[in-house]
Amino acid sequence: MNTISKYMFSIIAFVLITSCGNNNNSGNTGAMNSSKAEKVYVAPGEHDEYYAFFSGGYSGNITVAGLPSGRMLKEIPVFSQFPTSGYGYSEETKPMLNTSFGFVPWGDAHHPDISQTNGELDGRWIFINENNTPRIARVSLETFETEEIIELPNSAGNHASSFVTENTEFIVAGTRFAVPNPQRDMPISEMKGQFKGPLSFVSIADNGRMNLEFQLNMPGFNYDLAHPGRNKSHGWFFFTSYNTEEANTLMEVNASQNDKDYIAAVNWQKIADFVKNGGGTKMAGKYAHNVYDEKTHTATSTIKDGVITVDPRDVKGAVFYIPIPKSPHGCDVDPSGEYIVGSGKLSTDLSVYSFDKILAAIEKEDFVDDSYGIPVLSYENTIAGVVAQPGLGPLHTEFDGLGNAYTTFFISSEVVKWKLGTWEVVDRQPTFYSVGHLMIPGGNSRKPFGKYMVAMNKITKDRYLPTGPELEHSAQLYDISGEKMELLSDFPTHGEPHYAAGIRADIIKDKSKKYYELSENEHPYVAKSESEAKVTRNGNEVHISMTMIRSHFSPDNIEGVKVGDKVYLHMTNLEQDFDVPHGFSIIGANTSEILVMPGQTKTIVWEPKREGVWPFYCTDFCSALHQEMQGYIRVSAANSNTPLKFTLDDE
Amino acid sequence: MKSASIIMIIGSAMLLGLFVFPLWSIELEAPQYPNGIGMNIHLDGLQGREKHDLQNIDGLNHYIGMRKLPKADEMWEFSTFPKVIGAMAVLGIVIGLISLFKSISPKWFLAWLVLMVILGVLGMYDFNNWMVDYGTNLDPKAIMKMTDADGNPLSYKPPLFGTRHILNFVAHSYPSTGAYMMGFGMFLTFMAYWLGIKKTKIVNT
Ligand SMILES: [Cu+2]
Repeated sequence: MNTISKYMFSIIAFVLITSCGNNNNSGNTGAMNSSKAEKVYVAPGEHDEYYAFFSGGYSGNITVAGLPSGRMLKEIPVFSQFPTSGYGYSEETKPMLNTSFGFVPWGDAHHPDISQTNGELDGRWIFINENNTPRIARVSLETFETEEIIELPNSAGNHASSFVTENTEFIVAGTRFAVPNPQRDMPISEMKGQFKGPLSFVSIADNGRMNLEFQLNMPGFNYDLAHPGRNKSHGWFFFTSYNTEEANTLMEVNASQNDKDYIAAVNWQKIADFVKNGGGTKMAGKYAHNVYDEKTHTATSTIKDGVITVDPRDVKGAVFYIPIPKSPHGCDVDPSGEYIVGSGKLSTDLSVYSFDKILAAIEKEDFVDDSYGIPVLSYENTIAGVVAQPGLGPLHTEFDGLGNAYTTFFISSEVVKWKLGTWEVVDRQPTFYSVGHLMIPGGNSRKPFGKYMVAMNKITKDRYLPTGPELEHSAQLYDISGEKMELLSDFPTHGEPHYAAGIRADIIKDKSKKYYELSENEHPYVAKSESEAKVTRNGNEVHISMTMIRSHFSPDNIEGVKVGDKVYLHMTNLEQDFDVPHGFSIIGANTSEILVMPGQTKTIVWEPKREGVWPFYCTDFCSALHQEMQGYIRVSAANSNTPLKFTLDDE
Repeated sequence: MKSASIIMIIGSAMLLGLFVFPLWSIELEAPQYPNGIGMNIHLDGLQGREKHDLQNIDGLNHYIGMRKLPKADEMWEFSTFPKVIGAMAVLGIVIGLISLFKSISPKWFLAWLVLMVILGVLGMYDFNNWMVDYGTNLDPKAIMKMTDADGNPLSYKPPLFGTRHILNFVAHSYPSTGAYMMGFGMFLTFMAYWLGIKKTKIVNT
């Protein structure tokens, strides 16, 4: 072999080897991707393993997704009008959005939490807070409908909310914006010492009814997030606070001056006993309490006044402050209840406190200071450990129940897995981009289902096909069953999920309601059969009780309605089968359509403005003859004598 | 003869199962009904398999102009059949009891069985007639008027026994628990007869 051919041979060999190598590489990535795809693939007709309930943030609602697929299953209207179903538009549901400020069509939904029994998710209800006009809602996990909303007086920025205690005894609601208490006209610059940060405690009865039991009138710091004690720390609540500076302007600078802010440790059981024994003072405070009745399919709103207020200094041994580095956000309790993780969002370390040490310090009265008469415990004597330099901008931590914690870092855009007790970092994975909260199904209970973790990102940028300047937010699903976290998939989420709650599907899926029993419908204007359908006039109010069944309305021809009338269209869906809704809309109605579930009655108001014959129709493709599901209302002049008449098939 | 008599009593008493369990069941399958929709035919009336199945079957049938399914008081069969079955059960038990204490010919058992078979066939004949009427006697204003390949109006009669495709539905029509109990009971009465004549022969020889 001459030299040239030797060279040729070696070049060819080199090319062969490298190209083989390339082939192998791409082959490996392909196999890895396909195994990830298998992990999130839910075959057609199969069900997801978990429900995930995402707060909608500024959508005001909850979106329900399945995990691991990330498929969106439903949007549950809670604090915002929802024309898709008529929530907040129908006469029955308008009272749900009533407040002491009147009708508020929108809300800012933040932190969903599922009811618990003995510290485990029981799947009865999901609660969610509204930040802007402070409220808490309860949503049934049988009907996936909002059943109750309670407003919180004297509060502002209901952010440290709506977290549930171990047996769903209480839901808590902290005040993010300190405000005068009671509200009054005063110079803003005089806030220091004058403003308050009340923490509201709402009790939950066995039937789910919420009641505002008392407010703990804390110093005017900003209470950001909260977490109830678990297991051994059951009976306590922990709140993070920022702006202990009590600054009232250019907060990003002025509220970031103190080296340490506070975690408030509150023994709520002590305070509840104090109130039960007649403690506290009644304070003014108007609030709306809205309850939806499943039998009448109608909500009622009651304006209440007055709330029991407790001065934290009046209950000895119930309220303490613990110093925490720099403007904390999350305040999370591990499943054992021993560790309280504080995330100082401007700090580079995570501070983990020991519940045992906190109790010991309280016992020894080991106080380093007091703040407005509330004892301040020592940082050094309550700290269990520090996760040193895990990332930048820690926000929120959840647990897998196997001794690991997972913390989000907004600034460094990652999730970090670390070990409770040894405080060592085990793994870190990037998120895309700038993660806020994360969620492990059951991750804030005694028994997390430590299989998946969802990161809810604040910035989407290039993760999906571009859709103009405004983008949906993005979530990422990680498999956390192994030692290392594995990013499985991206999926868009609606609004801005600030937090989510997840539960194993089998806990709730079998009790999900399929339809409402028509025989149990107690709506005052129900028509339970076509023979009960009727039209009545009362002055210029006309009430039409109309039925809907595949594929006609009864009556479908109505005469005798006049310009200037207020026409109430009470629509009853006579179907008694799963997934056969009918919709209703009429030309020129200044409201949304209504979507009526089988066995349900819903009402919209129509005020005809012009004479004529106006059609109405079913808005839901209910059947093969859906297009024929229509009718007419004749509208005569205001002074006409057209008699009231309603027919179906001329009968 | 003693064991034959007891078998006769048990066999005819098994008819009473029809007062608890359905005689026949018709189930409909369609893509829109992944869990099926169906009805059970009891001696004294129809029952939906799920709470509202009858109403939902009527809802579907109105498109093709079928009448509503009959209520218990709308068909004489639902008041007569329980009487006939009750009477036959009592008769069989009485025959069994008599033979227990008094020697009577096993042919009485056979006579009961023959009568029961005749009544059964008549019942089935009547049931089939009703289904033919129900499936073909349609509202002339029906929303959908379907015809078969020859241009004749389509019959929606469910099969008396077996499975049939009707438009987007597959209808399964099969006997149910009550009928199986009755059948087994009738088999037992035949056994009683057979045992009876065997015993009689032994006694005679
Ligand atoms: Cu419809």
